[in-house]
Amino acid sequence: MSPLCEVDDIKVHFALRGSAAWLRALKDGKPAVVRAVDGVSISIDPGSMLGLVGESGCGKSTVARALVRLVRPTAGSIRFDGTELTSLSDDEFNKIRPNLQMVFQDPAASLNPRLSVRRVVEEPIKLHTELSAAERRERAEAVLEEVGLGADLADRYPHELSGGQCQRVNIARALVTNPRLIVLDEPTSALDVSLRARVILLLEELRQRHGLSYLFISHDLASVRYLASRVAVMYLGVIVEEASRAELFDHPAHPYTRALLAAVPVPDPDAKRDPFVLSGEIPSPIDIPTGCRLRTRCPLAQPVCAEPVPIREVAPGHFAACHLV
Amino acid sequence: MNAVVEVKDLSVRFATDHGEVAAVDQASFDVREGEILGLVGESGSGKSVTATAILRLIRKPGRLAHGSIMLGGRDLCQLREDELQHIRGTEIAMISQTPRTALNPLITVGQHVARLFALHAGLSKAESRRRAIDMLALVGIPEPARRARQYAHQFSGGMCQRVMIAMALATSPRLLIADEPTTGLDVSTAARILDLLRELGPRTGASILLITHDLGVVASTCQRVAVMHAGQIVEVAPVRSLFHHPAHPYTRALVRSIPRIDREITMEPIPGAVPSLLNVPAGCRYAGRCPWVEDRCRRLKPVLRSVAPGHSVACFAVEDGRVAAV
Repeated sequence: MSPLCEVDDIKVHFALRGSAAWLRALKDGKPAVVRAVDGVSISIDPGSMLGLVGESGCGKSTVARALVRLVRPTAGSIRFDGTELTSLSDDEFNKIRPNLQMVFQDPAASLNPRLSVRRVVEEPIKLHTELSAAERRERAEAVLEEVGLGADLADRYPHELSGGQCQRVNIARALVTNPRLIVLDEPTSALDVSLRARVILLLEELRQRHGLSYLFISHDLASVRYLASRVAVMYLGVIVEEASRAELFDHPAHPYTRALLAAVPVPDPDAKRDPFVLSGEIPSPIDIPTGCRLRTRCPLAQPVCAEPVPIREVAPGHFAACHLV
Repeated sequence: MNAVVEVKDLSVRFATDHGEVAAVDQASFDVREGEILGLVGESGSGKSVTATAILRLIRKPGRLAHGSIMLGGRDLCQLREDELQHIRGTEIAMISQTPRTALNPLITVGQHVARLFALHAGLSKAESRRRAIDMLALVGIPEPARRARQYAHQFSGGMCQRVMIAMALATSPRLLIADEPTTGLDVSTAARILDLLRELGPRTGASILLITHDLGVVASTCQRVAVMHAGQIVEVAPVRSLFHHPAHPYTRALVRSIPRIDREITMEPIPGAVPSLLNVPAGCRYAGRCPWVEDRCRRLKPVLRSVAPGHSVACFAVEDGRVAAV
């Protein structure tokens, strides 16, 4: 099976501006650059879900934004369904867009407060199809129904909806163009416990029914374990580990993955806690450590960790970037 | 064990355009010496209002309608504002879920803590400053003397929360209310903030009321748990009983509704939504969502009854044995 979407070694760098950047450039002898995404390769098979996890500031949302062209990658290639996206003009890219949709993190803030639910959901059909007003209406109502919102909500405005309902509207808006891939950027993190469960189950149901693929970006590892077929772990702009769900959660290879899993509180008072912790905080993506990027925080760090460390296969289908594995 | 704070029959009511609603409805629980009590429930269940009521900071259109809050032999509900002002900070402290906005951007982090020593302990400027640096070191801020001269914007979210904890514990309070202290923090930062609370609570003699909706946080941090639904306390239990033998239908549903990191499970969302407070039954407020509901549940209010040592449940179905108790 050939992948639906293949991201190959993409980089997203942002130039720093202002006096601080100027001083820094003077000191280092080169312009100051934030290396938000610094060589990421992922691939998503049709009908599957790839979980992309990591802490804030690791660059996972930037990968998502690059995929749907909300930022342009500095380097690298993104192939979607056989088409190279990075070389497309904006017009050409817009033709692909119906197949490539996104759901944003903040359910309320990503809806226009002045548009009714119906108009929010009809907008993509208006942009991308030639359907008549009546057909659009019918299509929008069918999709709203599918995400569990009754027709009585169609004429409401975002401020009249709960967080869970807003997120369903966002999912409906993404779904209405019959996409092949939906990028989900932390779709559950702003939701309450009971709503989170329902949104997760809805996403799973939609995936099965429509053969959708998802890139699911989250720091909620429990939801990722519930949904994803493969999981990639990102740290400071690079992927440090990638494996199938079962393999990653049961046999994490990279120290960062291990620390991340150990930090999640388990809803079982008798659970044994892995005492594995990292020291300090994530370094600035302007001053990335040489060699292994985790070495400044890793309790296992050795002199060899100052050497560059490519990601390699450590078990069948299980990739990790660590000298010590 | 002695109770540090005992909340009895607490009701907090808010006036709305459509009539008065009880955001907290006859809640009773206590926080015992040296323990961490978890208060859990969905958004809108009244957890934060309960915390605000304990600090006597309910403002209009809300009012503390009924009940007592006993702290060290005094009923906080009966005290005057000047007496309360002294208790807030010295005997009860609070940390919030938005540590950055709780810090003043115009004064240094060190001054935040030093001021408390000057105000509450009457220490000199130099002594306050020295103690403030000690406190920052205690909560695990590296290079505390240098960091004390910095401002909130120079601190990460996790570090801001550490500063809040330093401020809260500076006056050696008897009760620390932590309202969702790890929401919005990364997992590894959150884990270390919880470690810090677990370690410093006993060390400084503060009991902790930990408000959260995350059952993982409860399981790893609390000794006892009170479960709240739509303003009512439905179950109080030691943490192990709560997870191994949840009794109230709401608690059972809550435990089954979360995805888990430690094993593959089938997740079942809680039926229905937290009811609007304008439209709650006179009896049990979970009645509209409960699979074991009967006529009586809507009319009469079940009270907390003991089902095992330290474990009480407010549910007619559990009382009648229609739902197997512990």
